[in-house]
Amino acid sequence: MSEVIFWVIWVLVVISAMIVAYSKNLIYSVFSLLATFVGVAAIYIFLNADFIAVTQIVIYVGGILVLLIFGIMLTNRIAVAKINQSSFQTSLGMVVVGAVFVILVITILGQSWPVLAESMDFDSTVGKIGTLLFGDYLILFEVASILLLGALIGAATLARKEL
Amino acid sequence: MNHLESYLILSALLFSLGLYTVITRKNGVAILMGIELILNAANINFVAFSKFVTHQVEGHLMAIFIIMLAAAEAAVALAIILNLYNDQGNINVDEADALKR
Repeated sequence: MSEVIFWVIWVLVVISAMIVAYSKNLIYSVFSLLATFVGVAAIYIFLNADFIAVTQIVIYVGGILVLLIFGIMLTNRIAVAKINQSSFQTSLGMVVVGAVFVILVITILGQSWPVLAESMDFDSTVGKIGTLLFGDYLILFEVASILLLGALIGAATLARKEL
Repeated sequence: MNHLESYLILSALLFSLGLYTVITRKNGVAILMGIELILNAANINFVAFSKFVTHQVEGHLMAIFIIMLAAAEAAVALAIILNLYNDQGNINVDEADALKR
């Protein structure tokens, strides 16, 4: 049963990512990006990554996607219901991306990955992540907070009317 | 669902579609969406390897830092895109050839 659900979500993620890449309407693209993010969060749950799944929903769906929709709405005439977008270099891009994908698949399938003998499940990752974040990775955590402060100030400065 | 390869192929597909979006789109916000797809592909790889190969949560930490970087990057990029819109009236990146006019 969960095998079936996994493959349904797998196909859903791929199809919605294809709509993001190929749709002529920018609004359709951004809303199928929503489906991609939620589907990837479900994939994280299949990988026993509970904390990452919740973070994905909160930050990607709740934050980044809303930012993207704001970006679209602020840079288009909303009176036009259909916000078109054009693509260029489609054939060349298809060739390059197809080559990259074939190389990736050949590499993935041709490799014998050092997979653990029996696949173990994590029971809960939140405690381990918290211990590591405030232990071994404390400097990275603090640097990340400085980076976020810089991004906040930078974005607020850049978005002002008079630069 | 218990094979590493199924996750790696999914991530390769997401990466390719994101790369295609970045290469072919003119709209700045659409390019940003392609970048988010690529970062999601990388995250799936980190989390899949941390379950199937190492069985440690270090991969999850890398995924958290990538998500955080994506949020910071989206905020700054959208500020730049809004400035681009004020300057040239649209956000087609192939027409952006001046820093200030």
